[in-house]
Amino acid sequence: MSAPTARPAISASPDAGSGDGPWPHVLLAWPTVALTLLFLVPLGIIAALGFFRRIQAGFFEVAFVTDNYARALDAFHLERLAVSVVLALAATLVTLLLAVPFTYLLTRRPRARQVPYLVLVLASLSLSEVIVAFAWSLLLSRTSGISNLLVALGLMDRAASWSPGLAAVLLAYVFIALPLAVLSLYPTFSRLDQELPEAAGTMGATPLAGFVTVVLPLMRRAVAATGALVFIFVLGAYVIPQTLGRPAQWTMPVHITDQAIMKNHLPLAASLAIVLLVVSSLVAVVIVALGAGRWPRFALPGRAR
Amino acid sequence: MSRWLRRAMFALVVAYLLAPLVVVAGVSVNPRQVLFFPPEGFSLRWYGTAFTDPGWYRPAINSLLVATFAALIAVSIALPLSYVLWRYRVGYARVVMAMGLAPFALPPVITALGALALWIVLQSYGRPHTVVLSHGAFLTTLPLATLTVGLQNLNPQLVEAARTMGATGGTVFRTIVFPYVRPYLLAGFVFAFVLSLNEYIIAYMTVGFTFETLPVKIFASLRYGYSPVMAAISALFFAVAVALFALVGRVGDLPRLLGADERA
Repeated sequence: MSAPTARPAISASPDAGSGDGPWPHVLLAWPTVALTLLFLVPLGIIAALGFFRRIQAGFFEVAFVTDNYARALDAFHLERLAVSVVLALAATLVTLLLAVPFTYLLTRRPRARQVPYLVLVLASLSLSEVIVAFAWSLLLSRTSGISNLLVALGLMDRAASWSPGLAAVLLAYVFIALPLAVLSLYPTFSRLDQELPEAAGTMGATPLAGFVTVVLPLMRRAVAATGALVFIFVLGAYVIPQTLGRPAQWTMPVHITDQAIMKNHLPLAASLAIVLLVVSSLVAVVIVALGAGRWPRFALPGRAR
Repeated sequence: MSRWLRRAMFALVVAYLLAPLVVVAGVSVNPRQVLFFPPEGFSLRWYGTAFTDPGWYRPAINSLLVATFAALIAVSIALPLSYVLWRYRVGYARVVMAMGLAPFALPPVITALGALALWIVLQSYGRPHTVVLSHGAFLTTLPLATLTVGLQNLNPQLVEAARTMGATGGTVFRTIVFPYVRPYLLAGFVFAFVLSLNEYIIAYMTVGFTFETLPVKIFASLRYGYSPVMAAISALFFAVAVALFALVGRVGDLPRLLGADERA
């Protein structure tokens, strides 16, 4: 799987042009209808819903009111928004610190050796967020968690419970984001010319210096695009903050779902969703722009000048 | 980088990804209704419960049905779309492509809320086809990504040669393009299938408890009482995912399917 930012397909057809007849349009009919109805229309409904009025008996009535947005932007929800963004950025940073070197080293291995790791990454990626939350709540619990292991090793006096809490949320965020980041970086890293780091080595760079000064600058767009993808994915996660977090870590998706399902207040849920969408797009654009700009230069020992 | 550094990095990532599953597998074999790790003995009774208790196997059947049809829909959207984009120059095809890739650029909760709002407006909230269609559109991104990679790797000279020898567009598709992209199509189907099987928030917001899928059932148990059956089901899910992806790796070239270029 490649990131949605992957370069578009190049038409391989030598005689592509106007003389194709109706075929392309016939073939495109179903994808166009399906994606418009199932993707574009729902977004439009959410955008409109934010201005509708909630009614007690049913779901909502058509109106143009701004109180939903006033509530979505009140002090409480703005604080939740800030918490959501900071948590997602922290998880993104940790994920990239693991995924970038791991993917680079993985793609330097022979293809056949990569397969078991790719299977593990794919299986982890597909694991339900519900199962991930359950597994981490066990791993961090008092009765079945790693604290028992630490007690057995004499590193701790008594088993402790670390879930729910901030650490549990971040660990699980990184767990769901890591496979996505690896698979998003994989195509670009695979296509990196093997000779580049070798040339850096010939010119006296240590492997680490070669990685930081030669490989990373070439990969910065892919790394930034992956960062944006991971950020958005984590920012939209519901089960992990809901299950592994205390109310202090309840992010926007928890409150959006709460309003939509428990409190039956769809217009407020929609306005919260639009606020989240705008903020997540802005942060993602900034991350991608950072990737297009200059990579900070490091002066490392062993770098030939 | 040095071999030592590589081994440490691989060990760290593998340990991180496997640790929670090791605990889940351990908890699932507790003979009593406790969630101890290490387990207090060994028993497979909770795996038995998963297959005999209708409270667990009905949601499992629901999930399998949803995933099968959703993956078919995802592929049915992705195949013509990626083919037209590769073969013809049609202005709006890129816009449709952007819609197909966009779900992964949206926070998942927003996709789910959109699905909820759509099906309420269409007055079909809670009916099984809603989750199938919404999953299908959401997961189209995966076969779209694998098929785009596949078509990029297909040698255009092959197509040109066939056309010079008089093959029509349909014949070229049947005899060259389709056989070539079949492994990418299969991989895209498997990705969409496995992700649908595991998807929670869209399923929760479209059908919720009226057509309970396994993730929705596990989430309910997570809030209203843990049980070792949850661990057994989770371990089974992971095993199924590993088996399916290992199978894809057996019949196809996994690095290439995931976008590595065409070298030996």
